[in-house]
Amino acid sequence: MSAEAPLFGLVLAGGASTRMQRDKAAIEYHGRSQLQCTFDLLTRVCTATFVSVRPDQREEPTRARLPQIVDRQPGIGPIAGITAALQAHPKAAWLVVACDLPFLNEQTLRYLIEHRDARKLATAFKSSHDGLPEPLCAIWEPASREPLLAYLATGKQCPRKFLINAPALLLDLPDARALDNVNTADEHRATLAILGDHRASSPGQSDDAQKNNTAALKADGRSTGAKPHTLRIQYYAILREQAGRSEETLDTTASTPAELYDELRKRHPFQLAPAQLKVALNSEFSDWQTPLRHGDTVVFIPPVAGG
Amino acid sequence: MKPFSFSTTPLSLDTYRQALADPAAGGYASFEGWVRNHNEGHAVTRLEYEAFEALANKEGERIVTEAIARFGVLKAACVHRVGSLEIGDIAVWVGVSSKHRAEAFAACRYIIDEVKHRVPIWKKEHYINGDSGWVNCERCAVAGHDHEHKHPHAHD
Repeated sequence: MSAEAPLFGLVLAGGASTRMQRDKAAIEYHGRSQLQCTFDLLTRVCTATFVSVRPDQREEPTRARLPQIVDRQPGIGPIAGITAALQAHPKAAWLVVACDLPFLNEQTLRYLIEHRDARKLATAFKSSHDGLPEPLCAIWEPASREPLLAYLATGKQCPRKFLINAPALLLDLPDARALDNVNTADEHRATLAILGDHRASSPGQSDDAQKNNTAALKADGRSTGAKPHTLRIQYYAILREQAGRSEETLDTTASTPAELYDELRKRHPFQLAPAQLKVALNSEFSDWQTPLRHGDTVVFIPPVAGG
Repeated sequence: MKPFSFSTTPLSLDTYRQALADPAAGGYASFEGWVRNHNEGHAVTRLEYEAFEALANKEGERIVTEAIARFGVLKAACVHRVGSLEIGDIAVWVGVSSKHRAEAFAACRYIIDEVKHRVPIWKKEHYINGDSGWVNCERCAVAGHDHEHKHPHAHD
């Protein structure tokens, strides 16, 4: 352990967020901005923690009150933040984490740190989607600074491609979903619905965050029938093809699966009548009149044909 | 082995059979469902199976547990393929070991019949003319291309 460089944390929050149509760093979970959530998470496992900013973001309110590392070459994406950090504190290793990973938790970061190999240029997870390295939840060792600058000098900017070709330790994710990111408003709603079950028990939250939680729970319509609630709908087989997707999240006032299917038939060219379908709620058979609750996952089951 | 499971690769029948071995067993019955090259008058070139696995695993396990209790057999299991299958591939396997043959045959039959009706698994047939269709979901659409054929289920 003595040979390892101290571990500093860097939150990347410089992206333009064109798909979310708002600053990703300011998106809220648990009543805190994503940026603050990720920053707080890193402070629990790192010696010091900073937020990566472009020069034009230094005074932006969510970022202004946090210690910053300012990009030296803005406009080239996350690799600018990583190299700026390695240059600002050349003796530190950097745990670099993107701020749009709402499922990332302390357990996953501790796993990465425990398996860190300081003799490599980096220790990173393999994507559970394509097996390629995830540069934005990774430990970058001090020795990666010069190779990264040389890589930039050749005109390349993709940190993932850098890690593919660099001597890096790649780990399998202990939780396949831990690095799923959130790029659209729909995905944000779906994530809130999933995280909703865990809000009250999230570890390490400040009292303020707890108060905000309570307010968020009151506001999410769980106890009132008329307000829209968020449902996740998964599609299989012919319904998947007719909907053109395997799942979606929907803010709806539909209070039963029967009402929900009526609503979905206005959005998608479903031809099967309710009498031909069965209903599953949260992966168990249910019926058409069961009251739907916020965060429920609903599946309409077309006629089956196993065997 | 698990009472009910899915496989994305060809089924390992020997392994499954050995998992049902039991010193008290006087016999073993199994059923294999194979992909055939025709269905309701249409030449089929291949199949795709898709499952709602979270629920299918629960319902499949319930069926196997029911069969063991109902027929008093020793062990039973079922494995179903998902993904793309060719003609002749094994789509599903059911195995039962028991003291005597009668209950082994009966439990085996019960499991395959219930699986076909209750477990959320879907089968898409690809036909020789390039069409495809989800079995039991869109016979009308498929028959629409083929009015000359007699098609008893075309409009049910």
